[in-house]
Amino acid sequence: MLDKNQTQNLIAKRLARELHDGDVVNLGIGIPTLIPNHLPEDIHIITHSENGIVGFGETPEPGKEDPDLTNAGAGFITEIPGTAFVDSALSFAIIRGGHLNLTVLGALQVDQEGSIANWMIPGKFVPGIGGAMDLCAGSPRVLAATTHMDKHGNSKILKKCTLPLTCSKCVSLIVTDMAVMEVTKTGLVLKEISYWTNIEDVKKATEADLIIPENVGTFE
Amino acid sequence: MANPKIITAEEAAALVEEKCRLMCGAFLAVGSPKNIIDALVKQGTKNLHLIAIAPDYDDKGMGKLVASGQVTSMQISWHGSNRASQNGFNSGEIDIEFNPQGILMERIRASGAGLGGFLSPVGLNTVIEEKRGTIELDGKKWVLERPIHGDIAILRAKKADKLGNLTFSKTARNCNPVMAMAAKTVIVEVDEIVETGEIDPEHVISPSVFTDYLVLHK
Repeated sequence: MLDKNQTQNLIAKRLARELHDGDVVNLGIGIPTLIPNHLPEDIHIITHSENGIVGFGETPEPGKEDPDLTNAGAGFITEIPGTAFVDSALSFAIIRGGHLNLTVLGALQVDQEGSIANWMIPGKFVPGIGGAMDLCAGSPRVLAATTHMDKHGNSKILKKCTLPLTCSKCVSLIVTDMAVMEVTKTGLVLKEISYWTNIEDVKKATEADLIIPENVGTFE
Repeated sequence: MANPKIITAEEAAALVEEKCRLMCGAFLAVGSPKNIIDALVKQGTKNLHLIAIAPDYDDKGMGKLVASGQVTSMQISWHGSNRASQNGFNSGEIDIEFNPQGILMERIRASGAGLGGFLSPVGLNTVIEEKRGTIELDGKKWVLERPIHGDIAILRAKKADKLGNLTFSKTARNCNPVMAMAAKTVIVEVDEIVETGEIDPEHVISPSVFTDYLVLHK
């Protein structure tokens, strides 16, 4: 059994393989922000954060935090050679204008058509929309990073999302702690399973209809 | 308007009246007009309509105005960091219109740029589409977005010259220059006020024409 930290890093490590040298990416709060830690040394990406920075570095050493230098999760970050600051309107013009290569978002639910819900649970939890709807509408590639099941053991990979949508039919790849699944015109295709599971368990944990090809890879 | 009057945070707060459509700069309290907010909390003006990315935190940034019960309605993007705001929303005491963050910015920018609205792809087939309505243009469906204007904007910048030209600090810039365009009266809290001409024209982010009042941050 993997603990929470190992699970998150398993997902982040697999997602890192989807990034190419020179990609401009927006990485959502949570698991996606762990992705840069897993990039090979020859892959350099440009990270965008919607609060107004294009190209930033790692978390500063303790004591070197700049209160005016944060990411969209209010975490401290650093300038690097090539950093640019922009205002919020321009930051989202970059997003909606299709100038990112991809975005990776967390999810409450994702479905086999690529629709994603991650901004509210009616009557229970309404934190708000944030930048997620703009990111989904504007990014050429939207990847979902999530645990396969919620804390009650319910599948988060559904035939159809039941929560209010963040975006309809925009996710192209779903990476969980159990599987990598591609949204295709014919349905949701199981591409890879985690080293720590098997196809039967993945099927049981998935409410969506899964297309299972002859060759399914593994990741760890 | 250029040639801003230099006033105190208390004098700035006194410009804000009940039912004011108040725009406030900051992204999670980074780039926040903290002195003006504190003066406004002390002043206690109620029934404010807050326009912001997010109402920061209960005890930091503009969130103090929500925690003190001075805000009755908001147009924002997110409030996951403010407990008072979430409680007010859940109990129905605070009326909140949630916006996709970039669309909120563009609605504010549109009003500052003299536009009657714009067509957006964000939120198609979601509650946003249901709430805003759609328009079909050249065979494609778009969400119709209307501009958002403010009566007063309270903002934060790094440096102003005496004419009102502004520079900002890193990610503390965020929505401040956007809101500077979109309110009838624009009050900017700055760390430093320099002589006109001391800011390199190439470095000016917000031109003087938007700035009505300056408050020196203490």
